[in-house]
Amino acid sequence: MRVPMSWLAELVGGSGLPAADEVGEAFVRVGFEIEDVHRGPEITGALVVGRVRDIEELTGLKKPIRWCQVQVGPEAANGIICGARNFAVGDLVVVALPGAVLPGGFAISARRTYGHVSDGMIASAKELGIGADHAGILVLPPGSAEPGAQARPLLGVDDTVIELNVNPDRGYCFSLRGLAREFACATDADYTDPAARVEVPDANGDAWPVRLDDPACVRFVGRRVDGVDPAAPAPWWMQRRLLAAGMRPISLVVDVTNYVMLELGQPLHAYDAARLTGGIVVRRARAGETLRTLDGVDRTLRPDDLLITDDSGPIGLAGVMGGASTEIALPAARPDGTPGPDGRIDVLVEAAHFSPPVIARGARRHKLPSEASRRFERTVDPALPPVAAERAALLLVAHGGGTIAAGRTDAGAAPAPVPVRMPLDTPDRVAGVAYAPGATVRRLGQVGCSVELVTADGTVVPDGGVGDVGGVGGVDLVVATPPSWRPDLELPADLVEEVLRLEGLDVIPSVLPAAPPGRGLTPAQLRRRAVSRGLAEAGYVEVLPFPFVDPSVWDAFGLAPDDVRRRTVHVLNPLDADRPELGTTLLPGLLDMLVRNRSRGLADVALYTVGQVVLPHANPVPMPDPVVDRRPTDAEIAQIDAALPAQPLHVGAVLAGDRDARGWWGAGRAAGWADAVQAAKLVGSAAGVELRVTTATLAPWHPGRCAALRVGDWVVGHAGELHPKVVEALGLPSRTCAMELDLDALPLRDARPAPRISPYPPIAVDVALVAAADVSAAKLADTLLDGGGDLLEDVRLFDVYTGAQVGAGKRSLAFNLRFRAADRTLTNEEANAARDAAVALATERHAATLRS
Amino acid sequence: MTEGTDVMNPLHPAAQGPHVLEAAVDAARAAFAGAADLAALAAVKPAHLGDRAPLLLARRELGTLPGPERADAGKRVNAARQQVQEAFDARREVLAVERDARVLAEEAVDVTLPWDRTPRGARHPLTQISEHIVDVFVAMGWEVAEGPEVESSWLNFDALNFGKDHPARTMQDTFYLGDSETSGTVLRTHTSPVQVRSLLERDLPVYVVCPGRTFRTDALDATHTPVFHQVEGIAIDRGLTMAHLKGTLDAFARAMFGTTSKIRMRPSYFPFTEPSAEPDVWFPQKKGGAGWVEWGGCGMVHPNVLRAAGVDPRVYSGFAFGMGLERTLMFRNGIPDMRDMVEGDVRFSRAFGV
Repeated sequence: MRVPMSWLAELVGGSGLPAADEVGEAFVRVGFEIEDVHRGPEITGALVVGRVRDIEELTGLKKPIRWCQVQVGPEAANGIICGARNFAVGDLVVVALPGAVLPGGFAISARRTYGHVSDGMIASAKELGIGADHAGILVLPPGSAEPGAQARPLLGVDDTVIELNVNPDRGYCFSLRGLAREFACATDADYTDPAARVEVPDANGDAWPVRLDDPACVRFVGRRVDGVDPAAPAPWWMQRRLLAAGMRPISLVVDVTNYVMLELGQPLHAYDAARLTGGIVVRRARAGETLRTLDGVDRTLRPDDLLITDDSGPIGLAGVMGGASTEIALPAARPDGTPGPDGRIDVLVEAAHFSPPVIARGARRHKLPSEASRRFERTVDPALPPVAAERAALLLVAHGGGTIAAGRTDAGAAPAPVPVRMPLDTPDRVAGVAYAPGATVRRLGQVGCSVELVTADGTVVPDGGVGDVGGVGGVDLVVATPPSWRPDLELPADLVEEVLRLEGLDVIPSVLPAAPPGRGLTPAQLRRRAVSRGLAEAGYVEVLPFPFVDPSVWDAFGLAPDDVRRRTVHVLNPLDADRPELGTTLLPGLLDMLVRNRSRGLADVALYTVGQVVLPHANPVPMPDPVVDRRPTDAEIAQIDAALPAQPLHVGAVLAGDRDARGWWGAGRAAGWADAVQAAKLVGSAAGVELRVTTATLAPWHPGRCAALRVGDWVVGHAGELHPKVVEALGLPSRTCAMELDLDALPLRDARPAPRISPYPPIAVDVALVAAADVSAAKLADTLLDGGGDLLEDVRLFDVYTGAQVGAGKRSLAFNLRFRAADRTLTNEEANAARDAAVALATERHAATLRS
Repeated sequence: MTEGTDVMNPLHPAAQGPHVLEAAVDAARAAFAGAADLAALAAVKPAHLGDRAPLLLARRELGTLPGPERADAGKRVNAARQQVQEAFDARREVLAVERDARVLAEEAVDVTLPWDRTPRGARHPLTQISEHIVDVFVAMGWEVAEGPEVESSWLNFDALNFGKDHPARTMQDTFYLGDSETSGTVLRTHTSPVQVRSLLERDLPVYVVCPGRTFRTDALDATHTPVFHQVEGIAIDRGLTMAHLKGTLDAFARAMFGTTSKIRMRPSYFPFTEPSAEPDVWFPQKKGGAGWVEWGGCGMVHPNVLRAAGVDPRVYSGFAFGMGLERTLMFRNGIPDMRDMVEGDVRFSRAFGV
């Protein structure tokens, strides 16, 4: 909402406003955000009002040019060349005389052009920096000023406009009326309610027959002005204020309705009464109805749409936008031949009050946020309609002639405000401040509430406006009846906010509350940190990919048609239409970032991320919608959680290029499947869980280079090298490797048992076992551990051999076994016996033999 | 190397005579001094201290001397032998020091050679700042709560006092999930649903912070990202006031931006708080000079929110606040473009370490 300072000054006392910065600060103090401050345009030198005396059309030129005689003083007339054509002899225009400098450093001088000396320039609104309109020069309405008068005050170029952001709970502040009140509250300035200045006389009968068929139209006021000249211009002061407020002057009737809306906050609609067919009915749309709105768009209506209709059908989308068929039109645009030869028309002004949600839904449905709907959906003062209609009618008569018809339609009624009661010291208790006696009563009065105090014995003290009533002993309750424009004041908390913000939040002291002793981070939170730190320490860089996924990635991954990872949650309104699904795995996002890093010339990349994935249930339960005036039942809470997809915390890593860099020490080492498996095992150890590695086959991994990570027999993730086809399909570096684990599937280990540390010396024995090549190293090592018994402390693989010496299809694995007893120095005989037992079990389980 | 044996005849009856012994000692000293390194010293050692060295032989023959002479000669032999041993030890010490110095000099390397063999990893600065913030509150006794990113509309909106048609619902541009806007599931637009979950799950009083990832349909540019991070806090207890909110935020500001930092509040509007305010934080390192920076939102928890979470607003009150982490990081660390935090370029995260 744009607030011209000059307009504000008119409503808040006579002493004049402080500087714009101070005004801005006052608004900020009471809860408005400053979007912008528009200073007046930079204009120096002589800028005067001129009257066009004579126009000579120059001919034989490429474009039409006028040689004008413009009176710029009581006597003087200047000859000025002008390329615009939207003015006539007798019009008042704005002339920049030689020596003037217009915004943008545009210096005006007397210069010879088109065979004449042009002694100044006739300016457009855009050249003057007061509007965007450059279609023609600025023509002032007749009588605005005398030729030669200084144009600066008239144009308002010295007026600063403050642009404020109005919070959605303050619908009344979409008007000068509301904002001036806020400013007066913030600065304790005098305030004149512009609505109170409008005298609303008694009327005789209806202005037009109106019937309200739907409760969403709470009130409908109609007032008629007969015999208005629709071609008359709005007065310059009104046009200037519209320009300053960011609206374009259009015509008298439109300008008046817009002006009253800006002034009071009540959106108005003006009908050409002659184009109405029968009485007005406000109702919901019927199936198949359509409406051409003022913007020329034909709209198909939905049964929820609230309509203004007459006998011809819909004539307006209530509270959002009027229809084209009853628009005020100049004679040329009127197919039915009206108005009569005098060119005058009858205007019916509508000032209504609609249910905010209905308007909000309608505007959203038709994607038609208008000045009217913006106000209606934030609630307009329901007491305003007769006042605003009267104000508009008076302005129409004043500037367009005609007479106000005797009748006024006033269907429906403003809802009665509901008083709010609270203990008088509630604001003090919420703020933690002892406010001066009477502050609460005074502030509530300032925002427009009528306030009563109730003493402990039930005595009502009316007129809360009296100074320090709050100091009166025994006062218990304050009862505030909100003004009609503050329907947002429903609860004590709402009243409290008014007192606190007007007393100033800066008076609230700083007191640190003593929270009860906390339990610190949970084991799961600590684990997440340990895992993240572990991977980073191991050389992985954390990235935070978006969860949005292109479903074609599942094909690139080679997932089977029924793979559960294809079952995703769909985003209804994705930002990127190609990525409408939420990831069931972290890998697509990680791989995107791997590719981005490679494309930026970074060859060796190792990335990780920790984040939720979204796994929808096969048969989801419907999402419940509990009431909000009580705690949801346990069943409702359980149903919410059951209706949401599962969202386990995963950790994923991808890597490509060299894992160990090439350097002066020698060659580098390319990242491989083993690094991915190692990263997974590292996650396990950071989480305090020994992950078991088994061979696996799972897309998108290479079928021969994929490991499953298990806790016991439970698979918690996979690691290895990606399938060459996946690498090719996604344009990844060759041999890209990846791992992903379900962190939530790892058991939490908050109290790990301590090991027994034997002080006795170990005995190390090497064994080389030959077994079929498909017996995995991990299995063989597990078997040795099983067979070696309690004395076998550690098994470590130190060599793998395949080749002629062990025969085709076989493999030799050499292990170092470390034996140690808990309570004595082990003898070689004991160690050898244990080794033999370990080997025997390997032979039994895997047909492994000792390599000779 | 063996000159001593030529001079001394062990079988000579005067082998224990003073002159003979002196000569043996001198010979040993000369031999030791002539040894250039430890190996040479070891090589000459047997001739002077070995079993067949003159002094050893002289000692062995002491027994052939008559009693009184024997004692006298014994003393002389022992003294001589001790002198030789001392000479040897001294020489060995000198040579050992020389050897050590030489070896160390030979083993010198260029320690400026880089050893960046394994790549440097890093944690994302958003993770780091989130943990820092969480730690500040844990130190004050608060606990940390998390929740799902795919959330019910009820928890994201309704329970937070966003009416079904409240304009604020459209202010937070929401990603809707499923087949329609009324499916009841959204990507959470803020971490506030975790506050409600905390109230539903925990016993009062509640003091929790909720860090997490949030989503709004803002196109990615230098100052917006559709996926961003927040940290919110909520405290519900008996007798909590807006002064407690201010005190908490002041402590938070000091922990984040230094001891001279502080908070001021401007009135504002959020559906879930009443009164609502926007905090500005005093940022001493602000570009262009210390000054106020907008820093999230806060307020006293709306009674409707308490009611929807089953908390009696007549007994309990409390406050809530929330900050955007991207924005905090941007002004704290002078990050000019939001996209740097989003794109995953390893050079960005690496600058912030582990």
